[in-house]
Amino acid sequence: MSNDRVTLTDKQRKAQRSRSIALALALAAFVILVYVGTWAKLGANILIRPM
Amino acid sequence: MSGPLKPVARISAKTQLPPVNDKIERMPLVEKNASLDTSIGLSEANASDYIALLKPRVMSLVVFTGFVGLMAAPGQIHPVLAAIAILCIAVGAGASGALNMWYDADIDAIMKRTAKRPIPAGRISREEVLTFGLLLSAFSVVTLGLFVNLLSAFLLAFTIFFYAVVYTMWLKRSTPQNIVIGGAAGAFPPMIGWAAVTNSVSMESIVLFLIIFLWTPPHFWALSLFMSDDYEKAKIPMMPNVMGEASTKFQIFLYTLLVAPVAVLPWMMGFAGPVYGVFSIAMGAAFLGYAWTVWRAPVGEAMMKPAKKMFAFSIFYLFSLYAVLLGEILVRKALLVAGA
Repeated sequence: MSNDRVTLTDKQRKAQRSRSIALALALAAFVILVYVGTWAKLGANILIRPM
Repeated sequence: MSGPLKPVARISAKTQLPPVNDKIERMPLVEKNASLDTSIGLSEANASDYIALLKPRVMSLVVFTGFVGLMAAPGQIHPVLAAIAILCIAVGAGASGALNMWYDADIDAIMKRTAKRPIPAGRISREEVLTFGLLLSAFSVVTLGLFVNLLSAFLLAFTIFFYAVVYTMWLKRSTPQNIVIGGAAGAFPPMIGWAAVTNSVSMESIVLFLIIFLWTPPHFWALSLFMSDDYEKAKIPMMPNVMGEASTKFQIFLYTLLVAPVAVLPWMMGFAGPVYGVFSIAMGAAFLGYAWTVWRAPVGEAMMKPAKKMFAFSIFYLFSLYAVLLGEILVRKALLVAGA
């Protein structure tokens, strides 16, 4: 089987790492936003739901 | 296939550019001969390039004016929901900026001021930017609608549509009135902030809108006076290129004559205090002074010093008006808390 792997340059590897970190941070921020936002919007009402 | 891969090809001024009205179909992302290269284009874009797509400097003014609108509004909002509202306004503004850069990549490559943006510099492809802009638009509108209220979400969606479609796609390349009408997009944030608290649009929020709306033409035309060569090269019909320098200077003065008294209205209507009243009158007089100097300056003067000074002052003018208004509101709220 021939070598068909992609070899990244240093610049491309650094850029990829930078994008990955930013994406991870954005996802974490989104989770926190939904959690805190739900808590602020509904408060204790979040526990009141039809069974 | 092995070995280092090529980054996304650069759009340069030498790249064959499409005619204005035939942009989407014919606009090349890559140099003509790059189509023969079958290697995968791997991105060299950093996270900072994606942040640049959001036009952070424009975003900062949008966030600030949106925050003032939110604070000036009567009523209560949970601080977390207020923070979410501001975040959504910021992300929505950033999304508009990204969509603008997606559509305008061809003319950005021509103008000195914009040639280093991520698309013309070849660091990010247009498709990625379009996806990025649409995703952020959807995120900001849906989040604002779910956590705050539907009116503010609708206003944010309309603002993004107005900037990306009405201004960028329809007006910018077709009429010298582009920034007069398009200025509405930049004027909506305080109205969105106000609606986030009150779930309504009132005269007060319309006045906050009008201040930015009427401020935009003198601000941008002052810039276009000393950047007219760039706009000429990119074939953007800015006022100085279409109507001439003298007419532009006169219209700058006229719009300044309109914005100066409108900026005093928050005090006259009673939702700003005397400090703001006096400050807005003084700043309006100073703004008019700059506009007068620009108008009376000789036509064809190469340095355009009065226009440059007026452009710098216009940013300070808007920022300081909103800052004083915010300061007064904060003092009033602090006094209420202290008195309670």
